[in-house]
Amino acid sequence: MTDTLIPFDDVLKDFDPALGLEVHVELNTATKMFCGCPTEFGAEPNSQVCPTCLGLPGAMPVVNGKAVESAMRIGLALNCTIAEWCRFARKNYFYPDMPKNFQTSQYDEPIAFEGYLDVDVDGETFRVEIERAHMEEDTGKTTHIGGATGRIHGADHSLVDYNRAGIPLIEIVTKPITGTGAKAPLVAKAYVAALRELILALGVSDARMEQGSMRCDVNLSLAPAGSGVLGTRTETKNVNSLRSVERAVRFEMGRHAGVLLGGGKVLQETRHFHEDTGSTSPGREKSDAEDYRYFPEPDLVPIAPSREWVEQLRTTLPEPPAERRARLQADWGFSDLEMRDAAASGALSLIEETVAAGAPPQAARKWWLSELARRANDLGVDLTDVGVTPAQVAEVQKLVDAGTVNDKLARQVFEGLYAGEGSPAEIVAARGLAVVSDDGALSAAVDAAIAANPDVADKIRDGKVAAAGALIGAVMKEMRGQADAGRVRELILEKLS
Amino acid sequence: MSDLIRRTAAELADALAAGEVTSVELTQAHLDRIAAVDTGDKGVHAFLHVDAEGALVQAQASDERRAAGAASHALDGVPIAVKDVLTTAGLPTTCGSKILEGWIPPYDATVVGRLKAAGLPILGKTNMDEFAMGSSTEHSAYGPTRNPWDLDRIPGGSGGGSAAAVAAFEAPLALGTDTGGSIRQPGAVTGTVGVKPTYGSVSRYGLVALANSLDQVGPVTRTVLDSALLHELIGGHDPLDSTSTTAPVTGLVDAARQGAAGDLAGLKVGVIKELAGDGWQPGVMQRFQESVDLLTKLGADVVEVSTPSFVHAMAAYYLILPAEASSNLAKFDAMRYGLRVTPDGSPSAEDVMKATRDAGFGDEVKRRIILGTYALSSGYYDAYYGQAQKIRTLIIEDFNRAYADVDVLVSPTAPTTAFKLGEKLDDPIAMYLNDLATIPANLAGVPGISVPSGLAPEDGLPVGFQILAPVLEDARLYRVGAALESALVQQWGGPLTPEEVAR
Amino acid sequence: MPEITRDEVAHLADLARIDLDDAELDHLAPQLNVILESVASIQGVAGDDVPPTSHPLPLTNVFRDDVVRPCLTPEQALAAAPEVEEQRFSVPRILGDEQ
Ligand SMILES: [Mg+2]
Ligand SMILES: [Zn+2]
Repeated sequence: MTDTLIPFDDVLKDFDPALGLEVHVELNTATKMFCGCPTEFGAEPNSQVCPTCLGLPGAMPVVNGKAVESAMRIGLALNCTIAEWCRFARKNYFYPDMPKNFQTSQYDEPIAFEGYLDVDVDGETFRVEIERAHMEEDTGKTTHIGGATGRIHGADHSLVDYNRAGIPLIEIVTKPITGTGAKAPLVAKAYVAALRELILALGVSDARMEQGSMRCDVNLSLAPAGSGVLGTRTETKNVNSLRSVERAVRFEMGRHAGVLLGGGKVLQETRHFHEDTGSTSPGREKSDAEDYRYFPEPDLVPIAPSREWVEQLRTTLPEPPAERRARLQADWGFSDLEMRDAAASGALSLIEETVAAGAPPQAARKWWLSELARRANDLGVDLTDVGVTPAQVAEVQKLVDAGTVNDKLARQVFEGLYAGEGSPAEIVAARGLAVVSDDGALSAAVDAAIAANPDVADKIRDGKVAAAGALIGAVMKEMRGQADAGRVRELILEKLS
Repeated sequence: MSDLIRRTAAELADALAAGEVTSVELTQAHLDRIAAVDTGDKGVHAFLHVDAEGALVQAQASDERRAAGAASHALDGVPIAVKDVLTTAGLPTTCGSKILEGWIPPYDATVVGRLKAAGLPILGKTNMDEFAMGSSTEHSAYGPTRNPWDLDRIPGGSGGGSAAAVAAFEAPLALGTDTGGSIRQPGAVTGTVGVKPTYGSVSRYGLVALANSLDQVGPVTRTVLDSALLHELIGGHDPLDSTSTTAPVTGLVDAARQGAAGDLAGLKVGVIKELAGDGWQPGVMQRFQESVDLLTKLGADVVEVSTPSFVHAMAAYYLILPAEASSNLAKFDAMRYGLRVTPDGSPSAEDVMKATRDAGFGDEVKRRIILGTYALSSGYYDAYYGQAQKIRTLIIEDFNRAYADVDVLVSPTAPTTAFKLGEKLDDPIAMYLNDLATIPANLAGVPGISVPSGLAPEDGLPVGFQILAPVLEDARLYRVGAALESALVQQWGGPLTPEEVAR
Repeated sequence: MPEITRDEVAHLADLARIDLDDAELDHLAPQLNVILESVASIQGVAGDDVPPTSHPLPLTNVFRDDVVRPCLTPEQALAAAPEVEEQRFSVPRILGDEQ
C-alpha cells in the first residue's frame, strides 16, 4: 500500500505537530551492566558472554557501579533530579535476542527525572523537557537468514550472538515537544545533535549512531491546528542518523496529515524508518497487546545515591552546551548565523578539533559546512562519518595557506582523502596538484589567451579591468586549474597596461 | 549394612582426622548403600544422578591431602548429596524438569564451589519437585522419591530427595533449598534435621531460582551439629549474589555444642498460637507439646505468642511465588539450551517456544506460571502482588513484636506426618497447606530449623519441631535445637531410624 | 474477586508462551479460580499506610567495580544449544518485531 503524503507546508496549515524522542545511549564502560563481560565492539560471536548475560539457570546480576555513575552524570547534565531511592524492574516479554525473556530495566522509579535541554534552531531556543533517564541492558544481535536482504520479514531462520546482551544502556525520554510548528523536524534533529554533543562531552559513550551506540526512536502526532490537544502518535524505531531524524519527522508529518485529511484514523503503532527512501513502514503488531508485567527485580537491591555522591558527580560535569557555544563563538568570531549553522549540522566539535589542529576557525567552518557537508549529504551520513578527520582538514588548509594548492585543487585533495590515497601532502604529490608558479609557463599561457581574445584585450587596455576575468578563466583552463589566479591577473594587467 | 554409613558427619570427620578410615572407603560405602536401596521400583529414588566416578576421584584427592597433612576443612573427605536445583559444572542439573533434561551447566553454584574447595566428594544430585514447586516430590518429572519410613508415602518436598537420602543413610550430608519449607518440611516427615538460614546469609548464585526473594540454600543432615558444620561451610558473603549479607556466618558449631550440654536457663521461648488447632494431626500436636515441656525442663521460659498476620501468609506466598517464578522460568524457551520441541510445518520461534514449554513443564509448573502471569498482569498487580508485598511487611512486624519478648519462636514444622503417594496430587490447596507453618519464615527472611521430635502414635511416622530465630540469629536455632535433640535422643535411647530400609 | 474465564486463561497462556490444549484449559480455569478464592482473603488486609516489602533485608547500593572477569568460551556458551550455525545460536524464524 502507498501512503498519501501531504506537502510539508500544507500539513502546517491544518495541524500542529507534537514530537517525542526516546534515545538509547550505549555506555562505554569496560564491562556489561550486570556482569564482568567485556563490551568491545566487533568481537567474535558469543565470545563475550557468561552465565549471567547468557541467562543461564541460576546465574545472578550484580550492578556495574560505573554505569550507575554515568547514568547520574547524564541525568545531572540534563538538569534532572537524581532519585533518592530507585530500583531495577523486570520488563517481561519473550524475544529470542533476550536471554532471560525479560529485560532488566527501570519502570516507575528511574534514576533521573524531570530535566530539560535547550536547543537552538535558527536563533530560536526551544526548551526540550526531559521526562526521565533510566538504566537498562541491551539485547543480543540477531542475523536473519534466507529472507530478502537479511530482513526479518520472510527470513527462514535467525542466528543470535549475545555479545551485546547486557551492555549498559541509558534510555532518555522527552516529554511531548509542542509549539515547534514548521521547525519540528529541525528541533528533533537539533535535540539529538545537542544530546550527542553532551554525551560526548561527558565521555560516557562514543555515541556513534551508525554503529548503534546511540539509537533514536521518534514519536510523532498531529493535532488540529490550535486545538492544543495531542493526537494519536506513532513510534518510528531506530532512526540512526541526525539526518534521518529530520527526515523521519518530515515523512510522518506528511503521512499523518494524509491519513487524517483522508478522513482516516492514525493507528498507534511502531514503524520502521528506511534510510534509502526516507519513508516509514508499519511494524508487525504482536498479538498480545503489550503487557510487560513489570515488577521489582528481586535479585537486585535498591539504589539510594547519597546527596554527597550526587554533588561530587555534579562537579565532574562538562561546560553546559549554551555556555560552550557562547565561548566558541567568541573565540572563533563567528556571526550568529555561522554559529547556528555549525551547531545545527553537529559540526561544533569537528570545527573545534580542526582549529585545535592549527586551522583558522573560518577555514575550518568553511570546509565542514561546504565541501564536507556536501559529501555527507551525498553519502546520506552524518559529518562525523564522511571519512575525513579534523586533523586532515587542518592539513589541507595548511597547503592552501602555503599557496601549494588553491581552493579548487583542495577539493581534489579531499577526493583523494575519500579514496584513501594517503595524507593530503601525498595526494598533492601523487595527483600532481601543486599550483604552477613558474612565470615562464604562465606568461606563455597569458600571451596565448590575449592573442586568442583580442577584443577582450582591447577592453582591458581601455581600462575595463573587470573584463580581465574572461582572460583569467581562459588561462586557468589552459593550465588545468593549477595556477594561482591572483598571479595570472597580475601578469595580464602588466602585459596590457 | 556397613556401620560407617550410620555415623554422623561429625563422627566421620573425626574418624578421617584420626586416620581410622579413608574418604575413598566411606564414599564407596555410601555409593554401595545408594546402589542397594535407591533403585528399583520400590527403591527410595532419592537421586536423579549418581556420580560414583567423580565422587571417588574427589575422595582419592581428599585422602592425598590428609596424608600430606593438608586437609582443607574438618569435613574434607565426607561425602555429600546436592539438590538438583543447584548448578554443578560437568554434572547434569535438571531441577526435576524435562525441559532441562541432559543440561550440563558450565559453572558451579557458589555453595557447590565451597563444597569442592573444602574437599567434600559429591555423590550426586537429588530428586525434587519440578523447579521446587511442591511439598511431596511427586511433581518431579523423573518420578517421586519414597519416604524411607514408609515407601508408599511421600518424603516431603520440594527437597524430598535430599531428606530421603540422608534418612536412608545414602549420604551423611545433603544440600537443600527452602522457599516455603522445602528443607524443613521434608526434614519433619523423614525424621531428619533441616535448616533454612537467614535470607542472604548463604549465596543463591547457581541456585536455579523459584522465588528469588524467598529462596535460601541450607543443610540437610541427621543431627543438629552436622547442620551447624555444613552451614558454617556454605555460609558467608558472595560478591556474585547482590542480596548476600556481609555478616560473617560463625559461632553455629559452638552454639550446637553448647546447646547439647542441655542448659537453656534464661531462654525465652514463644509458642506460636496461630500455628496449631483444627487440621493439625493429634499425634503431631502431642509430640510438639512433649518437646515444649522438655524445653521447660531444660530451664527455658515458655510463653504463648500471637502473630495475627500469619493467617494471611499462605495467600501472600501463593501470589509472590508464582509471580516471581513465572518470570524466572521464562528463560526456558528452547532457544539456548534444554529441550526444543519443533511442531510440524515451518513453525516460528514463538510456535517452538509454546510447544516446548507445553511439553517440557509439568502441570503444577504450568499452573503456577499462569497464576503468576495473572498476578503480575496490568490491572491486577496492586490487588495481588502489591497487596502480597504489604502482607509481607505485616508478617515482619509480627515477628519483630514477638522477638521483642522472646528469643525463639516454636511450632510443629508441618501439620501432618507423611501422607500417601498420590493422595493430594490433584488437590493443590491441600498440598499447599503442608507449608502453613514454614512459609512465614521465608516471607520475613528469618532463619528456621526442623528437628525430629518423635513418631506420631497413630501412624508411627516422624514429626518435626520447628524453631525460628530473628534475622542473623541463626546460632539460636542450633543452641535450642541441639538441646532438644540431646534430651529426646536420651529419652529414646538413641536416634530414631527408619526400619523399612535399615535392613 | 473476578473469576478467571477460560478465555482469560488462554490469553495468559499466550502471554506465558505455553501452548495449552483444550483439555488443559478446561482443567486449569476452575483450579485457578479455587486458588484465587483462597488467596482473595488478603484483599484490603493492608492499607495504604503499609509499605510493601520486596526485599527481606534492607540492603542498598550493592555495586560491582567496572573490571572485566573471564567469560565462557564460545564452545561452552554454545555447548547446550539445540542448534548452532556460524558460532551463533540458530533459532526458528521470528514473527514479532524487536522491541
Ligand atoms: Mg527501554
Ligand atoms: Zn556476562
